[in-house]
Amino acid sequence: MEQLENFFHMGGYGFYVWLSYGITLIVLLLNYVMPRTREKKLVDRLNQISKMKGQGENES
Amino acid sequence: MWKWITKYASPMHFYLLANRLTPWFGWSAAVLFAVGLYGAFFYAPADYQQGESFRIIYIHVPSAWMSMFVYMVMAGAGAAGLIWKTKVSDAVARSCAPLGASFTFLALATGSLWGKPMWGTWWVWDARLTSELILLFLYLGYIALQSAIDDRRTAARAGAILALVGVVNIPIIHYSVIWWNTLHQGPTISKLDSPSIHIDMLIPLLVMAIAFNLYFAAMVLIRARMEIVEQEKNSKWVQELIVDKVSV
Repeated sequence: MEQLENFFHMGGYGFYVWLSYGITLIVLLLNYVMPRTREKKLVDRLNQISKMKGQGENES
Repeated sequence: MWKWITKYASPMHFYLLANRLTPWFGWSAAVLFAVGLYGAFFYAPADYQQGESFRIIYIHVPSAWMSMFVYMVMAGAGAAGLIWKTKVSDAVARSCAPLGASFTFLALATGSLWGKPMWGTWWVWDARLTSELILLFLYLGYIALQSAIDDRRTAARAGAILALVGVVNIPIIHYSVIWWNTLHQGPTISKLDSPSIHIDMLIPLLVMAIAFNLYFAAMVLIRARMEIVEQEKNSKWVQELIVDKVSV
């Protein structure tokens, strides 16, 4: 337990070390999540357009 | 070789290649991040002067390296787009910008969080810090330019010119600590013959640097393949591959 506390304490630099690692984690995750969401939206939109086109062709 | 290049300069083949490579880069990055972080916190000893605070080095230095490397990739891809007018290189250049801006931001933010306890200040107008800040503005300028110009070809060309002009900043960042000896410390690692860092501290750093590179490779491919689909959304292969999900 004490070991764990020491680990998070980082010799008094805990705030700076963990904030650095926290910011990095968030930025790296966002750089993955944001394009993936955009990609999904794009594919959904393409699917929708293609469906609408398909319906149009069937009706005419 | 030339045949190979022309093949993957075609958007469809690049898309397929990117799809196949992304998981490899992504997962190897994840593994190396785990190894590197273990090394950073448990293997590397505390610094005799900076204590535990020096552990910020394991994200600060790779981010700073990446901020410059990504810029060179962006400018290189931009130049290739200008010369050969390949759509794929434009997509790669565009995809680099947000990643490069992120790495530059991380280098500045973690540097600031390291500077506060060690130098006693969040920020100084030191040559290294200032030139890195200019790099961030170059990335942001590139991104702004891309969203300001509607036509993709024109946007790519304007962006490539901006990126190429900005290349001049890269050697300035690199040599800034030697040319202007102010607050930021000099190079410790790039002196390949005798790096002035202990090997137990160096190994996790190199592992983290490779992990950052693999992460970048995976992320730039994810972005580039999306850019390509967007560019080519009316083409037959996008319809077949993505909408109808026909396997090729």
